[in-house]
Amino acid sequence: MSPDAAEIAAFLPLPPATFHILVALAAGDKHGYGIIQDVEARTDGGLRLSAGTLYRTIQRLLEQGLIVEPRRPAGSGADPRRRTYRITPLGTLVARAETRRLAQLVRLARGAGLLAPEPS
Amino acid sequence: MTRLYRLLLHFYPTSFRLEYGEEMKALLAERAAGLGPLGRARLMLGAVAETIPNALAAHASILAQDLRYTARTLSRAQGFALTAVLVTALGVGANTAAFSVADFVLLRPLPYPEADRLVKLFEGSADGSGFNELSPAEYRDWKGMNTTFQAMGAYTDRAVNLTGAGEPQRLQVAAMTPELLPLIGVSPLLGRVFHPSSHGEEDLHTVVLSHGLWQAQFGGDAGVLGRSVNLHGTPHEVIGVMPPEFNFPRREVQAWLPLAFHEDDFVDRDDTYLKGVGRLANGVTLAQARADLTVVTTRLGRDYPQTSGGTIPFIFALQDEVSQQSRVLLLALCGASLCILLLACANLANLLLARAGARARELAVRAALGAGRERLVRQLVTESVALAAIGGAAGVLVSLLAVPLLARLVPTTLPIAGRPGLDLRVLATAALFTGLTGLGFGLIPALRVGGRTGFAGLREGARSGGAGRQRLRGLLVTLEVAVSVVLLISSGLLIRAIWVLQATDPGFTPQNVLTLRTALPRPKYDSPLRRTEFYDRVLRDVRGLPGVESAAYITGLPMVMTGGIWGVTIPGREAPRDGGDGVSLRFVTPQFFGSLGIPIHRGRDVDDGDTGDRPFVAVVSRSFVRQHWPDEDPIGKQFQVAFQPRTVVGVVGDVKVRGLEQRNEPQVYLPAPQVPEGGLIAYDPKDLVIRHAGKDATLLPAVRRIIHAADPAQPISDVRPLAEVVAGETATRRAQFLLLGALAAVALLLSGVGIHGLLAYTVSQRSHEIGVRLALGARPGSVARMVLSEGMRLALLGLVPGLLGAYAAARGMSALLFGVQPADPATIAAAVLVVLLMALAGCLLPALRAVRVNPMQALRAE
Repeated sequence: MSPDAAEIAAFLPLPPATFHILVALAAGDKHGYGIIQDVEARTDGGLRLSAGTLYRTIQRLLEQGLIVEPRRPAGSGADPRRRTYRITPLGTLVARAETRRLAQLVRLARGAGLLAPEPS
Repeated sequence: MTRLYRLLLHFYPTSFRLEYGEEMKALLAERAAGLGPLGRARLMLGAVAETIPNALAAHASILAQDLRYTARTLSRAQGFALTAVLVTALGVGANTAAFSVADFVLLRPLPYPEADRLVKLFEGSADGSGFNELSPAEYRDWKGMNTTFQAMGAYTDRAVNLTGAGEPQRLQVAAMTPELLPLIGVSPLLGRVFHPSSHGEEDLHTVVLSHGLWQAQFGGDAGVLGRSVNLHGTPHEVIGVMPPEFNFPRREVQAWLPLAFHEDDFVDRDDTYLKGVGRLANGVTLAQARADLTVVTTRLGRDYPQTSGGTIPFIFALQDEVSQQSRVLLLALCGASLCILLLACANLANLLLARAGARARELAVRAALGAGRERLVRQLVTESVALAAIGGAAGVLVSLLAVPLLARLVPTTLPIAGRPGLDLRVLATAALFTGLTGLGFGLIPALRVGGRTGFAGLREGARSGGAGRQRLRGLLVTLEVAVSVVLLISSGLLIRAIWVLQATDPGFTPQNVLTLRTALPRPKYDSPLRRTEFYDRVLRDVRGLPGVESAAYITGLPMVMTGGIWGVTIPGREAPRDGGDGVSLRFVTPQFFGSLGIPIHRGRDVDDGDTGDRPFVAVVSRSFVRQHWPDEDPIGKQFQVAFQPRTVVGVVGDVKVRGLEQRNEPQVYLPAPQVPEGGLIAYDPKDLVIRHAGKDATLLPAVRRIIHAADPAQPISDVRPLAEVVAGETATRRAQFLLLGALAAVALLLSGVGIHGLLAYTVSQRSHEIGVRLALGARPGSVARMVLSEGMRLALLGLVPGLLGAYAAARGMSALLFGVQPADPATIAAAVLVVLLMALAGCLLPALRAVRVNPMQALRAE
């Protein structure tokens, strides 16, 4: 049973930190520090998530079912103290919907002449 | 650095910290790696800055979650939630209201600078039998001879007619020596007060207005200063207006006049009418002042043994000027409301204990599913606090409604401003009490969960209860019963007192008598002829009105004018020194006794022939005859009163002049025209009494027209049926009873709820056992008996301490009981019966439910 549009729309708009975390996880499972590094790299150092913000968001995303903590494969050699997180199909859908929403906004701004036309 | 961060993590909710704390620490460590000391410091600073908002947000999200959960659980247990809120509201509300009023009257300092140094001064008799006002001579001597007072003043209450400013009006005023207003230390809002050094002369024809009168009669016009107003026919210049919160000496006083003495005022040391007020010198105690004035009175007693022998100063702080009755009443009220708070707390505890039993399983399940103890406790605290907050808010509403009701108990004779407000400190205290109760007992289930492994709770199933907890609940119910017995008996005794009082014969028939007041102003009516002319004309015309049976004038109505006491001397008998032969002296016109329905036992009424040039006569009451001529025929006997010898011509029934609850002096009535030269202004007949056939709306307008025709400038005041005056005598009592009665009803309700709750819970917990009994052949009747006897046992257990407490309480408030014994058997029996009935009613539903237990269902449920 796939979630309907209304259910997804209820998550939007996403807070910036949430969106960035989902984007980071969309590229692959990561642990907390990995997420922070990823976000920092993508934004060229523009956004540095604090530990509190990161884990509060993670807690909420877990509750909402947008991410999960996958069972660690035994003997994978990973640091046992580190928990990794994985985006769920619902999380992917939500992140996509948010991306579309933002793209729509960019198009609007462009139409109003606020931004140079898209290079074709 | 890690240690500091670990501390910081404590700002987060425990559950969050347990879950992510380690990760967050590791993260910080990873970031710090490879940073210089400066970078580390900056990192730490950033961590501090981000922790606070993030921790707050984490707490808020948990709170929101718990509140949602609370709303869900409470909406599933609406009966419980409603009862808990109601119980809390009653407890908090009743308490806050009662203590707010009591604090206002008994404890709050008066609104004057250094009010603790202000005292009232009277002369007392050495045998402690009472106290009296001061004579001008005494006042002068006390003032001149004391060494402990910074200042001393005196005042006397008066009523004057105000004319020339709209409708003629009768004003309550205080005439005060010029030093009194400055002594109290309140500055006027406008203008000035009397010059303290003037001895009253230069301010003689001036007046200071109260804020209320200024607003009502002069529209709050600042230009009122310097204006002339007519008081009792004499022009007085307005020199000042006092601020609204100045209510000295009583709330009713509308204006202040200067009081000046002349040499001849100091002659008669028996002419006592001044109430003394003093300001103690800095650092002087009440006891020192008393000792100082005792030296003064001892000297005066030596100098004037006839009049001042055996007197001592009677001093008390202005603050303490609350009658014993009011004090007892307010204390009773506080006691009663404390009882209510106790009941509310006991009930709340009981409710929560019962709920704890019911929830043990739910909590065990949640614990088994991984909820930490901390989260469970937090959830329960949120729930309790939410309940307490809702209850507290409802309590504020209750007290907002109750304070104006209770405010009617505030005596109007006190120098304090209008109405008490809600006391926030009290509100907070009561809320704290119930909040703590809620919290304490609300946490019990969580402590149980934490105290053992969660699975024990699961295994024990719904039958968990615990004998200890059950005993505690039984004890609480017993306590509730005891408290309601105390309240029921107390209010029952008050009802009895009201009955006794209402059965008291006032000595006259108040029904169908209209009264109103026309106080004739001096000097306009200085001539006795002029006064007689006014009375004759008004009475003649009023008697001619249709439906009027009789009409008369008197100095003052019984129960309204309670003073006017005069000493009499009987020729040939030694005058007793203690003034024990005082009588209520009244001047009347013919028909007075008929108008009030006072029986004439011997002789005759005063009649039109008893004029100033005829022999002076008197009509006396039976108790006067009993006192002076117990075995003789009183008609024709002579005695001296009001400066003249009088001959007894009639004997009438006694009247409760001072009120239904008071001891009364014998009464002496004199014909209105038979006054000594110059008259006795205070004794001028001024109250018109009209006995009529029944309700007639045209009577009063017709009487008004008649008085207006006789003198257009004459104000009419105090229009009311005599029955209202008598009803007023029992009005305060009715208020007292209504109050205590309401509190007792609340108490009864609360303990009924308590008994019901306990038994209902017991039955639901024991339904398994009851089912087994029924299945094994027990008769429903015996099951019902089992439940009933459980409830009645608790009620009977509560009766014993309740009766003891009630007896103690009744002895404490014997001042309110008007002779009803504290251990009045009828009252006690009635109260016990009511409590038992209430207990029975509380048992009924649970017993029925026990009988209806279906054995099959009860057994299958496990």
